[in-house]
Formats: sequence, C-alpha cells, structure tokens
Amino acid sequence: MISLQNVSKKFDSLSVLRHVNLEIQPGEFLTILGPSGCGKSTLLRLLAGLEKPTEGELVRPKNNLNFSFVFQDSELLPWRNIEENILLPLELTLKKESSGQLEDILSLVKLSSFKKYYPHQLSGGMKMRVSIARALMTNPSLLLMDEPFSSLDENTRFEMQDQLLHLQKTKKISIVFVTHSISEAVYLSDKVQVFSSREGCSIFEQKILFDGKRNDEIRLSGTYNNYVTMLSQKMKQAVIPFQTGDANALPS
Amino acid sequence: MRCPLSSHLKKALPPFVSFLLFFSLLELANRLNLISSQLLPPPSQLWVTFVSMFSDFKEAFLQTSTSVSVGLILSALLGISAAVAFSLSPILRRAILPFAIFFQTVPIIAIAPLMVIYFGFGQPTVVASSLIVSIFPVIANTLIGLENVSRGKLDLFQIYHANRWQTLWKLRWPSAYNSIYAGLKVACGLAVIGAIAGEFVAGGGLGAMIDSARTQQRIDIVFVCLFLLSSLGLFLVGALRLLNYFMQTHFHYGLTLKD
Repeated sequence: MISLQNVSKKFDSLSVLRHVNLEIQPGEFLTILGPSGCGKSTLLRLLAGLEKPTEGELVRPKNNLNFSFVFQDSELLPWRNIEENILLPLELTLKKESSGQLEDILSLVKLSSFKKYYPHQLSGGMKMRVSIARALMTNPSLLLMDEPFSSLDENTRFEMQDQLLHLQKTKKISIVFVTHSISEAVYLSDKVQVFSSREGCSIFEQKILFDGKRNDEIRLSGTYNNYVTMLSQKMKQAVIPFQTGDANALPS
Repeated sequence: MRCPLSSHLKKALPPFVSFLLFFSLLELANRLNLISSQLLPPPSQLWVTFVSMFSDFKEAFLQTSTSVSVGLILSALLGISAAVAFSLSPILRRAILPFAIFFQTVPIIAIAPLMVIYFGFGQPTVVASSLIVSIFPVIANTLIGLENVSRGKLDLFQIYHANRWQTLWKLRWPSAYNSIYAGLKVACGLAVIGAIAGEFVAGGGLGAMIDSARTQQRIDIVFVCLFLLSSLGLFLVGALRLLNYFMQTHFHYGLTLKD
C-alpha cells in the first residue's frame, strides 16, 4: 500500500532517521513504538508528505493515496463549532459532503448531540473524537496517528482505544499509530515496530495475535502480558545506546 | 444566583469612588488655599469654564474626534492590509517595513511641520499625523498574529492541500484576531496623541485650543481640553470593546486560541 525503502532523514547535521524500511498492508494496524526523540513523529510526517526523505524512497500507490492525519493535540479551530471543524477537510479540498456522511461519522464517534458545540466546551476525549471524525471525512484508506491519546486519562484512553479499533474494522482502513506506551501498542496493533532512541531506526518487529476479539479481558490475559514484557525488554535495549552515547552499540 | 447588575456595579464602583474622592480633595485643597488655582484649578472652576465656553469646546471636540476617527479607521484599514500583504510576500515586507519603522521612530512633532507643507493647514494634516502615529502597532501586531499559528494547524491545512488564500482566511486571520485587537487598542490612544500633535502645528480642534490657552495662561481651558481628550480616548476604547464583544459572540473569534 505504502512503503519506506531505506529511508534516512537529517535536519542539517542531525540525523533523525537511519535506513528505515517499512511496509504498510491494506487494513493493517501498525504501531511505531519507541522512546521520546526516536524520530517517530518525523516518520509520520514523511509518510504524510510534510517532510522529504534525505535518502531512500517513499513508495506510494499510483492512484494518489487518500490519507488523513490525527495530531497529538486535537488541533481543532476554536472559532468553528464541531460540525464546521469536521467539515473543514471537505471545504479545503472543495469536495461536497455525500448525503448523511456527517451524521454517520458523528454517530460513529458518538458526538451527534454535540455538533453545535465549540471546542472549548468539550472534554479532552471528546476533542480527540472530533479530531478523528474530521480525519474520517475524506474517507481515507490510511490514517496516520501521532500519539493521539497521550494527553488523556487512563479510562478515556481505554475507551478511545476500543472506539478506534471499532472504527478501523467498520471503515476497513490502515492505521500507522505512533506511541511510547507499550500496553497501548500491544492492545491495538497487528504489528509493532520498535525504534531506537537515537538516529531512529527499527530494531525489532513483532506481530501481535490474540485469540478472539480485543476487549478489556485481553488486558488480563497471559498472551497480552507476554507481549508487553517482551516489548518492554526491547524498549530498554532501544534506550541503552542513547544513555551510553555509543551509537554503534545498537542491538542487531 | 448572581445578579448581573450588581456585578457591573461592583466593577464600576472602585473607579467611581476614587474619581469622586480625588476631585473632592482637589476642591477642598483649593478652597483651603493649599494649592494655587493658577497651577491646579478647582473642579468647580473647570465646570464653570466648560459651561461658559460650551460651544467652543463642542466645536473643537467634534473637529478633533472627527480627525481621530478618520485617522484611526485609515490606520486600521491600511495597517491590516499592509500586514496581510507582508505576510503573503516576504520580499514586500523587507522592502516596505523599514519605512513603517522609520515613521515609528521619528517623533511626530518633528515631521508634523512637513505635513503642513504637504497638506496645508487644517484637517488633512491632523488626520495624516494621527495615521502616522497609530499605524505601526496595527501593522506589527497583525503581522505577529498572522505568523503566530501553531505548526500542527499549518500541517493540517498543508495535508489537505489548502492554498495560500484558504490558509490566510480560514486559519491565519482568525488566529490573529486577539493580536489585531490588542494592536487597535494601542492605536486608539496613539491616534489621539497624533491628532493633537498635528493640531498644534496645523491648527483646529482641541490641540489648537490648548495651544492658544497656553499663551493666555488659561490653565482652566487646558484642563477641560485634557478631560475631553481623555473621554474621547475612553469612548474609542469602549467602542472597540463593543466591536470585540460582537466578534466574540457572532464569530467566536478570540474566545480561546487553545482548543
């Protein structure tokens, strides 16, 4: 669907990403997991076309890929009500809303009765749902999400995770999700890639498989805990080179 | 439940009381001969002067307030348009902005005689002087506001391929509202200062009245003019606040920039 082939990114002399290879399959939920400053957000910006790679290649499908971005802060426009915020992408791309599309998306994110409200009247979780609804308005086949739940409390976060999985199944979209929360990565993903802290590069890839539907019970299962433990160890390895300052000591 | 009237009263009471107290003390100090009425005339004398010369004050006040209003409106229109043009074209900004800074740094009293040569005696010079003094904060604040947009929101617009006009009208302009409002508030006071400086050299209005009262040692007339000028400034700021209230309730501009 979209892939990065041996991509590196430098800002002046600062190397942020090094030889990254990544492939996103249709309908896949891929999570980029790594410590702060490992270039996760830069990776998403590359995929979105907001940055150009210094080396390597970004391969997109021939028919222009329809994608949307969900930011860490919801980035809603405070002078527009919820309905106007959600319709913004269509306004900017000069597209018309197909009949009932807005109502469908509002009910999908459970905000139907709030469409005339303004962002400052909503809670953090609701603002994030508006941000996701806005991203869905252009019917994207790929959703890029940059730590969208990092500022939410734990209960809201769990609720948002379930809603996101439901949305992904309903809309059959691919998601690239960036986080530094291991438990979040395990719960949500089909595949997790762990990035190293300095000169970000992928050091480990893990497919996540559960028997049955993902719900709160999964969080108590042994399989879930095994994945979390394994990824915690990998995350520790990912941070070591940064702490010792020895960039060559990256685990193979 | 809080009564809105009582909350307004609570706000208005402290300045009203301090105002009353100040003038009572001034009147008392004058009556007890603690202060010379040649330096600080008692409020009762000011009132008598105001009533006896009402038609002169009225004419001068109307003249000055017209010049100030025209100067301020021009400064808002030209200042905001210039800032929008500068934000769209960095080359234009580099070419023109130094001139705006020049006008800001040269004292108006030094260039007012030039204005008289260019525009002659009378209102056009006063308006030009008011405009020159008040335009810089409008340009500077509008420019800061237009450029001070969060990177995330700019990215959002870029992702949906927004063109420069869409980004300007749908993002930069509403984001800049608070900054523009602050610039206009500063410009209100400066427009009055500029008009008075203009009237000192070009004649007419309260400025010329102050100047002629100075030569006659009529300090009471000077003080009445000063009160009228400050009330003009207060009126302009009040009108701007009303406009701000309208923008907030109808367009939801400037309520909170953090969503």
